[in-house]
Amino acid sequence: MSMIHSTATQLLQELQASRLSSVEITSAYLDQIERHDPRVGAFLRFDRDAALQQARAIDERRAKGQPLGKLAGLPVAVKDLLTSTGELTTCASKILANFRSPYDSTVVAKLKAADAVLIGRTNMDEFAMGGSTENSAFQKTHNPWDLTRTPGGSSGGAAACVAASMTPLSIGTDTGGSIRQPAAMCGVTGLKPTYGRVSRFGLVAFASSLDQAGPLAWTADDAALLLEVIAGHDPRDATSVDAPVPAYSQSVRQPLAGLSLGLVREHFAAGLEPDVEQAVREAVKVYESLGATVKEISLPHSKYGVAVYYLVAPCEASSNLARYDGVHYGHRTDEAAMHAELNAKRKQLVAAGKHAEADKLESPLVELYRRSRAEGFGPEVKRRIMLGTYALSAGYYDAYYLKALKVRRLIRDDFDRAFQEVDFVIGPVSTSPAFKLGDKVDDPLAMYLMDIYTVSANLAGIAGISIPCGFSRGLPIGLQLQAKPFDEERLLRAAAMYQTATDWHTKRPTMGK
Amino acid sequence: MSNYDIIIGLEVHVQLQTATKLFCGCSTQFGAEPNTQTCPVCTGMPGTLPVMNRKAFDLAVRTALALNCQIAPFTKWDRKQYYYPDLPKGYQISQFDLPFSHDGWLEISDPKGKIEPKRLRIQRVHLEEDAGKSMHDEVAGSADSRIDLNRTGTPLLEIVTQPDMRSPAEAKAFLTELKLLLTYLGVSDCNMQEGSLRVDGNINLHVHTDAGKIATPIVEVKNMNSFRSVERALTYEAERLWDVWQESKQKLGDVPKQTRGWDDQANITRGQRHKEESSDYRYFPDPDLVPVTVSSERVAEVQSGLGELPAALRTRLETSYGITPYDSDVIVNQGRAAADYYLAVADGVADGKLASNWFQQDVLRTLNDRSLTIEQFGVPATALVALLKKIKGGELDNARGRQVFAAMLDQGLSADAAMQALGFEQVDESELVALCQEIVAANPKIVADVKGGNAKAAGSFVGMAKKKNKNVNPARVQEICLQLIAQM
Repeated sequence: MSMIHSTATQLLQELQASRLSSVEITSAYLDQIERHDPRVGAFLRFDRDAALQQARAIDERRAKGQPLGKLAGLPVAVKDLLTSTGELTTCASKILANFRSPYDSTVVAKLKAADAVLIGRTNMDEFAMGGSTENSAFQKTHNPWDLTRTPGGSSGGAAACVAASMTPLSIGTDTGGSIRQPAAMCGVTGLKPTYGRVSRFGLVAFASSLDQAGPLAWTADDAALLLEVIAGHDPRDATSVDAPVPAYSQSVRQPLAGLSLGLVREHFAAGLEPDVEQAVREAVKVYESLGATVKEISLPHSKYGVAVYYLVAPCEASSNLARYDGVHYGHRTDEAAMHAELNAKRKQLVAAGKHAEADKLESPLVELYRRSRAEGFGPEVKRRIMLGTYALSAGYYDAYYLKALKVRRLIRDDFDRAFQEVDFVIGPVSTSPAFKLGDKVDDPLAMYLMDIYTVSANLAGIAGISIPCGFSRGLPIGLQLQAKPFDEERLLRAAAMYQTATDWHTKRPTMGK
Repeated sequence: MSNYDIIIGLEVHVQLQTATKLFCGCSTQFGAEPNTQTCPVCTGMPGTLPVMNRKAFDLAVRTALALNCQIAPFTKWDRKQYYYPDLPKGYQISQFDLPFSHDGWLEISDPKGKIEPKRLRIQRVHLEEDAGKSMHDEVAGSADSRIDLNRTGTPLLEIVTQPDMRSPAEAKAFLTELKLLLTYLGVSDCNMQEGSLRVDGNINLHVHTDAGKIATPIVEVKNMNSFRSVERALTYEAERLWDVWQESKQKLGDVPKQTRGWDDQANITRGQRHKEESSDYRYFPDPDLVPVTVSSERVAEVQSGLGELPAALRTRLETSYGITPYDSDVIVNQGRAAADYYLAVADGVADGKLASNWFQQDVLRTLNDRSLTIEQFGVPATALVALLKKIKGGELDNARGRQVFAAMLDQGLSADAAMQALGFEQVDESELVALCQEIVAANPKIVADVKGGNAKAAGSFVGMAKKKNKNVNPARVQEICLQLIAQM
């Protein structure tokens, strides 16, 4: 097997045995990026020299026998939503196109401390809002299995670069399915940790009560390795939980005995493509053959998940994105042009004797806000800011935001009840495999409904993983397992059991030349 | 009887004296170079998160308890959203529907009789983060605004009273007592010039008419930069509201609440430009922060650690030190350190009244004349005790005592050293009696006057005795002379 088609776990063994150097590995992946990314578009930025410099430094330290971190020498790609000192962190938005972070996010700091080679920054939907990566202000990302299709989103770049063997490990973020859905569509493994498991410090907020960063990789073993590095309590994030981090990578290959799985009645309804349903049911059989018991369960409030999600997330987003106003950093409108235009307008009105209208002209400050934000944000971000602003307005708050919070609680209660009966909830990630680029860009509602199987885990704050479980017309299908809060250790073991019994996760797209 | 009642409520913002900001580790020191006390968190950089400073919260609880407030067992943080360049996140972290404390009171009184003693109710006290400071450069043609974010994130306590004040003087008394309380607690320096205490007033009139009292529209008065300007601004505004009423007969609800700014130079309030629609802050719970719970044990613990507050100290001075309410008010109002000085002197000399006289007439006057604080004052309490003991024991009269005090103050001497420097020494009793016998014997006319019933005539012996020995105690001379005459 070639170097770039190895798993991170295998590469780590090679590195530790000094059979491969980080420079060799990193070069191989950089070659792959240079060869294929012009067509895939997974990376917003990568820097061959900087990556090789990191790799070389780690190799030198290894040669000297110095202590090294858990990921020493392994390339990791980072979604362009996590800050890194001195580097651009654009969130795939024009409004932050020139923003260089003065500080490291905790996730990036942990990767650096683990001696990972930060190989590049991946494309995404602007501010993580979307399910196809088409909302990036800078470029489209193409699905490595079919370049005419989306990789999913919002962590489309993060999933595509793993699928295209451009990196063994990748960090995404998941607010309503943004790790699991692209993982499914790109045929890789992606895990959304429990809310509070991974620090959000430096993860540029979309919806603070839902956002979590997590790993994408080929296998559950590799995801375990990466999660082990980024998880843990962070005093700079009040919502991160002070619970010990298990050695996920050590236990991931231990099968679980007496496993019980819950198949959600409501998941198998209209809208689910037959191939996807078929693949999921086959996967359930695999688990049964491994000794699992399967029972049908109900999550009665899951049908409200998308509605609740599209209130909670935009409300928080409308507030979180208020800081991008062109005053302190980021995109600012052309002030000279703005002043000239305002003055001309005022003169014109005064000359026409329309003094009242002239008085009503906005102040330059308000105009600066308006123009900077109008120019800096894309249509989907604006749509969500407007949704959230509306729902939080006086007179609407109780009917929308407060009501949504109440239903959110009921969704969590559903899961709590389910996890008293079963260890994991099993089901599809997405109603269909990857769709054509451009197919849903004019139909935001159809795009939102794609999130139907994934948003509940974010609303409930629980963990979820997507693993490859089959193909439909050559496109990967994802299987979702959801676990109770802080049960990632067993969740990863359950995923690894499946991957021991199946080979879907070993399939690679051909990528042409 | 007047034509109307004045109704006033206050909103007071107080910066808490913490080492670091409310949600990050930056210093809160006033006066640093602009934008040097900032970090990614308080400048609202993408991806940053607030983490509550528990010390600031504890300090807020302490203050609320001193204001007799109820402490909520569960409180949360909300985002108050508006756009302004000195608000880098586009929202302020504040408390909306569940403030950490509510329903307290503060008592005001004035022994001088300008206002009646009164208990003013406090509606709520909540904690929030301060915004930055905008400095507008109004130079014509090159108007420019500069933003200093050093202040951004400083813990700010908002104290909202009920509309319980019935005069601008009561409003001023409330603020004075509040400031005293806060300085006793050590939670704020209450410096209005540096912005650590800011006051907005809400005022309207209840006009007496044949049909009963009618409330006029409420006006919010801002830009009041001293307690004195609060009193003046509210006095002006009450009169203006009366004029407006007479002209317009507008009642509460007829027009939206107006905001007016006080102009300290022109001595008037001016209407501030405001949008027709009232602002909608779109408050919602801050998802970056976790709710705060406060146990009843914790409340009891903070309560017991409050120390003696001004009201209690006044009562103690009146009952245990035998001084008048007026005197205790003067002493307590000087602040904790000065009151402690008084207490040390009064305890040392075991005479509250004598200590009070000296504290007010000599210590306070010196402090005022020389613009000193009690901490800068050159005569330690122990030294003053030594002096007052000599006065109390008759060794010095008040006049000589003051000379000694002046020497102690200016030359940093002890009472004994000052006396020595001045050549003051105690005259031996037998020597004094001999001296008196000599004078009495030499002045039969005065003796006859005294015997004839004019005891005051004995006063002239004092001058004579002093000529012979400047160190004699005048009161004692008079006493001895009268005794000698009585025996004749």
